Amino acid sequence: MTRVSEHLNRALHDLMEADPRVHLLGEDISDPYGGAFKVTRGLSTRFGHRVRSTPLSEGAITGIGAGLALAGDRAIVEIMFADFAALAFDQLVNFAAKSTSMYGRPVPIPLVVRCPSGGNRGYGPTHSQSPQKHFIGVPGLSLFEMTPFHDAGALFAEMFAQERPCLLFEDKVLYTRRMYTGGVVDDLFAYEVRDGVARVFVDGVSEPDCVLVTHGGMTHRALEAARALLLEDDVACELLIPSRLYPLPELAGLERARHVCVVEDGSAGGTWGAEVSRVLYPRLWPALRRPIGLLSAADSVIPAAPHLEREVLLQADDIRNAIVEALS
Amino acid sequence: MVATVSTSHDLRRSPLPPAQEDLELLLLIRHFELTLLRLFETGELSGTTHTCLGQEYIPVALAPLFREEDFVLSNHRGHGHFLARYAEPHALLAEIMGREGALCAGVGGSQHVYHRRFLSTGVQGESLPVAVGVALKLAGTGALACVYVGDGTWGEGAVYEALNMARLWRVPLLVVVENNGIAQSTPTREQMAGSVAARAAAFDVPYHRVTSTEVDEIRAGLAAPVEAVRSGQGPLVVEFVTHRIGPHSKGDDSRSPEEVALAAGQDWHARYAAAFPDSFPALDARARERVARIAAEVTARPPSVWERG
Repeated sequence: MTRVSEHLNRALHDLMEADPRVHLLGEDISDPYGGAFKVTRGLSTRFGHRVRSTPLSEGAITGIGAGLALAGDRAIVEIMFADFAALAFDQLVNFAAKSTSMYGRPVPIPLVVRCPSGGNRGYGPTHSQSPQKHFIGVPGLSLFEMTPFHDAGALFAEMFAQERPCLLFEDKVLYTRRMYTGGVVDDLFAYEVRDGVARVFVDGVSEPDCVLVTHGGMTHRALEAARALLLEDDVACELLIPSRLYPLPELAGLERARHVCVVEDGSAGGTWGAEVSRVLYPRLWPALRRPIGLLSAADSVIPAAPHLEREVLLQADDIRNAIVEALS
Repeated sequence: MVATVSTSHDLRRSPLPPAQEDLELLLLIRHFELTLLRLFETGELSGTTHTCLGQEYIPVALAPLFREEDFVLSNHRGHGHFLARYAEPHALLAEIMGREGALCAGVGGSQHVYHRRFLSTGVQGESLPVAVGVALKLAGTGALACVYVGDGTWGEGAVYEALNMARLWRVPLLVVVENNGIAQSTPTREQMAGSVAARAAAFDVPYHRVTSTEVDEIRAGLAAPVEAVRSGQGPLVVEFVTHRIGPHSKGDDSRSPEEVALAAGQDWHARYAAAFPDSFPALDARARERVARIAAEVTARPPSVWERG
């Protein structure tokens, strides 16, 4: 069994071993500490100055990564908590993303900014956000998210192949969960990954009642909801989990479902789900029987106390109840 | 270690004329900028532009100190920086005017140029961290990254984050500060507490102050410290005390006539015209005519085409 954090760590080791152009920058990422979530453990010992623990300067380290990328190398920047990516907004949006096209020709900026995101750990309002929505729709900027289904090495290769800056969100709760292997999720659900999209399904059900489009960090809550819906409500759900959140890849097979619902952990308003439905509506309009469902966290900061945090963030019961209501 | 080397120009001393190629470059930049303001007045230029009138000598003085493999990052006031690095006025004007043969297809315009090893961008302070990244890549090769900033740029936090890491990691970074005493409309004394020198000292970054406007004198003073940057001794801040004799952008000079006259009194162009009456006017006229021809030729070109990827 491999935890997601270990899987990411191995992917970074393999990547830095295979490609001497890759640099890694971030706060407290060097050994023996190895990063706040231990994803960079062992890398500084093995790769020396290509791995640099930096001062608390999210904006500048993102800019330095962009400078390395501009000069022909490749850079991965770790932002300790995704909330702090706001400090790097100028470098990401005004420099790295715009530079890929504002000089009149494609300028490669192979830069990956890793952002541990999400709540349910009691870290409070400034250490728990899923801020993906703030980076959607920026020309030249791609958004990815780690999932327990996607191979991280392949993800890094895909991101660098874009030759434009990419944000990689990594849900902090996901770090402690295992990577799925062999097409099996559990006794009920199977999965396959095709064209960058993980599909989680009940074996033998070809026309699900509902498809939940979600992102890596929501996987387990969506799965728990799907399990309860199947066993207790007789509703067969399928999950579609793309590793690339923006621009959205092709999501196949949605026409088969009675209901499509986007499930996300960001706060309500201007959401990823709104972008997903913007893309899906023209295509699905003739087949839709009801509006695409949009489930997100509340329009709220994320409280520290566990009972309050649960109220704000989307939980499995919230998803289950919303689907039952929509299909009733 | 903080070393301070000051050079100064004594106006009472009759200066030696700069080398002809330096004079020609100074005059090319001067007439290029004057032409832009004229084109704006006649409605042939759109958008905005920031001229370096009065500050031309800075990139001209630095030009021979750079090597081909060095990387120069520039800012909103970058036409002189570009022309001193790559003498391609047709392509730069085509970029500013959105004409065929533009450096960046007319997408970037005046403030966003990327050509060979020159890149300018328009957000203050943003280029410093980028320059540290480029310098990190160049470290150990003998090449350096140079970044031009103004006095106003020192209000941006990115400057300090970048200086900190540049010094910690001893990257070959040359920070050129063009302190022209005014940030758009705000006098430097009203927007900067302390000084650039003290800020460099706070990061243990060597600092040089240049008050001369004579290119030969400036070069002689900077040759050794720039070489030290190349050899791995870490970053260097060079502050030029200079004067903006034109508006911030176009027709937006908020200074009093007395202040503008004070700045104009420092102009190398007027000084050379007075000091070298036999040789300067002919060179000046030749440069003016050359830029007029360039402007006519570029203006007549078809619009640029952007192949969007």
